[in-house]
Order: sequence, then structure tokens, then C-alpha cells
Amino acid sequence: MGQGLDLFAAASPDGAWTVAQVTRRARAVIEAGLTGLWVRGEISGFKAYDSGHWYFTLRDRAAQLRCVMWASENKRLPARPDEGVQVFVFGTPTVWEERGELRLTVRELLAGDTGGPWRLQFERARAALERDGLLDPARKRPIPPFPRRIAVVTSREGAALHDIIAVVTRRWPVAEILVLPTVVQGQAAEPSLVAALALLSRLKRLDVVIVGRGGGAKEDLQAFNSERVARAVAAVPVPVISAVGHETDVTLCDLVADVRAPTPSAAAEAATPDRETVLAHLDRLARGLTRGLRTPTVRVGERAARVADRLVASMELWFERSDGRLRAAGARLDALSPLRVLGRGYAVARDAEGHVLRRAAHFVPGAGFRLRVVDGEVAARVEERP
Amino acid sequence: MTGQPAAGKGGAGFAQDLERLEAIVESLESQDLDLDQALALFEEGVERLRAARERLATAEARVRQVLSDQAGNLRVEDIER
Repeated sequence: MGQGLDLFAAASPDGAWTVAQVTRRARAVIEAGLTGLWVRGEISGFKAYDSGHWYFTLRDRAAQLRCVMWASENKRLPARPDEGVQVFVFGTPTVWEERGELRLTVRELLAGDTGGPWRLQFERARAALERDGLLDPARKRPIPPFPRRIAVVTSREGAALHDIIAVVTRRWPVAEILVLPTVVQGQAAEPSLVAALALLSRLKRLDVVIVGRGGGAKEDLQAFNSERVARAVAAVPVPVISAVGHETDVTLCDLVADVRAPTPSAAAEAATPDRETVLAHLDRLARGLTRGLRTPTVRVGERAARVADRLVASMELWFERSDGRLRAAGARLDALSPLRVLGRGYAVARDAEGHVLRRAAHFVPGAGFRLRVVDGEVAARVEERP
Repeated sequence: MTGQPAAGKGGAGFAQDLERLEAIVESLESQDLDLDQALALFEEGVERLRAARERLATAEARVRQVLSDQAGNLRVEDIER
């Protein structure tokens, strides 16, 4: 652009720069001299256009700076910044040639109203985790409904552990609790948490993990806002419930965990079913079993009754048929009956002892005997031998 | 129906027992089974029910701690409460 402009020419009105040449040169100089940088300031004159682009001014006591954040960049943000709030922006300074205006093209905008630089660090770590997909809701795993082994990563001394043990014992004593003692605040907390979380992958048959601590001052939560700790949580092979004990502050650890619980007790509840409820369900199933068996049993009972009916009927039929045969046999028996013989006029003689007198020699003259005829007995006496 | 693993064996967890139990009750209630099938399901159901209740019978959660020494060896020990 300016290669044809020598000092002499530029020094005289004949060689004057055009406005466009100046702004273009200024832009090149600015862009070469000030690459991407973080800027802290207060939002002022914010305006979002229909195109989705945001225009605002960043100001502090001494100066102000025009900013633009394109729709393609600002669509990742959860909300528009409020007027007057402190923010951190990352952007590249440039010159808007048409207006001859120094401007910052903003790539990233972080709320800086609380926590100052600490917040900035948090937001940068969050952005890094998000880039790696660790905050993706699709990563969240469901908590197993009936855990047998629950690992707890927390301080051995804190109230958090006590609360967790109490809740698990009350709700689901079936489970075993494995405590991985850690430091949860101070300088040692970060490496301690990372080491304990790394141990989890070496424990067998683990169902769920609770990581956290009881409440504490905001600065005490710092370890749970460490990107290293968050990545260690994300690497745990089973579902993780975080319980950092702060209702209002969401930590990085919370964001990466599969479930965020407001307190350690709530985490223990999220990790366990209630035994009484499960027992009641089993009772219902037991009733279902008996009820379920009744239907086929009733059906079989009906069938048995039908079979019994047919059995009785067939027996009756058998008896009926047998009856005819009996009658025939009876008639044959009857024909052989001695009474029938007597009926034809025969008589049987017996002595006093009842012996049948078959031969003439059996009859002793003068002795008495009895004659059996068809309708009774007659007393008789032998007169003499013929 | 047949060929199901016996209740409470090895890896078959509580959840599977419960699911199987629910399936058994459902088939008993809804399907047109003959008595042999129904009885077999019923017996399996009773067995799984027993196993499930047995699992719930533990009185107190066992609490142990996992410690790692300098060499990275894990040690698991009971916690005095």
C-alpha cells in the first residue's frame, strides 16, 4: 500500500495519504504489534444486533475500548453480559478502517464479577474441559440402582464421611463402603485427590464413587476447581457423584461428575435405593407369583374335575354292563342250588349230628333222623330194615 | 423360560434377579401357560425371591479404607467406628 509514498511526498500536500491508506496502515501496525490478549474491564453500551453480533465498550477509570464479538463466537455463551459488569475478554486488537476506530475483536468473554483472576482460571479450565468434550451431557452415566460397592473419596476426618456412612447404613446396608482418604483443602489437596481418584481404577467390582467434602469457605473449594482433579474425575471408570457441599458454587468437579449432589448426605441418597422400598416391591412380586400361579392351577383344577366326571360316568357304565353278566351268572348259580333240587321233590336225611345219611346202612332201626325238604325240616324215625 | 441361570449365582446381580422376577410374574399373569411351565416359573420365582431377600438381609454396611503405600501397593482394612 504505502510503498510509493516517500517522505518527501508525504511531507507535502501533493503527496497526502488518503484516509483509507492511514486506517489501513494503522490496522496493519496494530494487528502486527498486539496479538491475542486478555483484557479486563467493565461492559458499557452493550448492543446485540439482529445479525447476532455483539457490540460494546470495555472501560475502566482511565480509558475505553470498542469491542465486537461475532455471533459465531458469542453463541457459545450462556447469556449476554449485563451492563456494568466486570468481564475478562480474550481478543485481538484491530482497527475498524471505515471508522478509523480502534477495536477489539473478542473471541471469549468470561464473567469476572466474582472471584477476580481465580474466576478467570476457573473459566479457562472449564472452557478446556468443554473443548475436550468432558462436559458433554451425553457422557453422563446412570447410577447403578443396587450398588454393592461404593467408593468414597474424601477426608477421613470430615463430617462428609460420617454423613455418607450414616445414610448408606440406613438406606442400603447391603453395600460395602470403601473409603479412599484424601486431603481436601490446602496445597496438598490437588495431588491427594488426583492420586486417590487414580486408585479407583484398580479397585474391583466398584459400582459407584462419591467424591467430595462438607461445606467450607469458598477458597477451600479450590482443589475441586482444579482442572487436574476434574480430569481425574472424568477418568474414573464407574459413575461418579460429586458432593462438594456448596449449594451455590458449582465446581469443575461437579461439572465433570455424572451426578452433582448438593451435600454428602444427598450424594449417599443418590447412590443408594431405599431397602424398605425394595422389600415392599419384593412383597408385591411375591403376591404376583402366587396370583400368577393360581390361573393355571384353576384351569388344571377344572380339567381334573372334568376328568373325574368322565371317570365316574365310565365306572357307572362298567357297572351297568357288569350287572347283566352278574345276573346271568346268578341264574346259572341258582340252577345248581340244592334248594332247586329239593324243589323238584327230593329230600335230604341227616342224623342228630347233622351228618347226611346217604346209604341204607346209615339208617339204624328205631333211631330218629331229620328230613330236609324244600320248605323246612321234618322229624322222622326208622321203623325197621326192609 | 428354561436354561436361565439359577438365582443368586456369581455375577447375576440383584438387578438381574429383580428383572427376572418381574418377567416371571408378568408371564405368569399374562401368558397362557400349562401347569408344568407355570410351576417351573413359580419355583424359579420363589428361588429368586428368596435370594433377593437374602441379599437385603445384611444388617450394617461394611466400611473399609483403601490405602496405598509408597510402592503403590494397595491395602484394604476395616475402619473402627
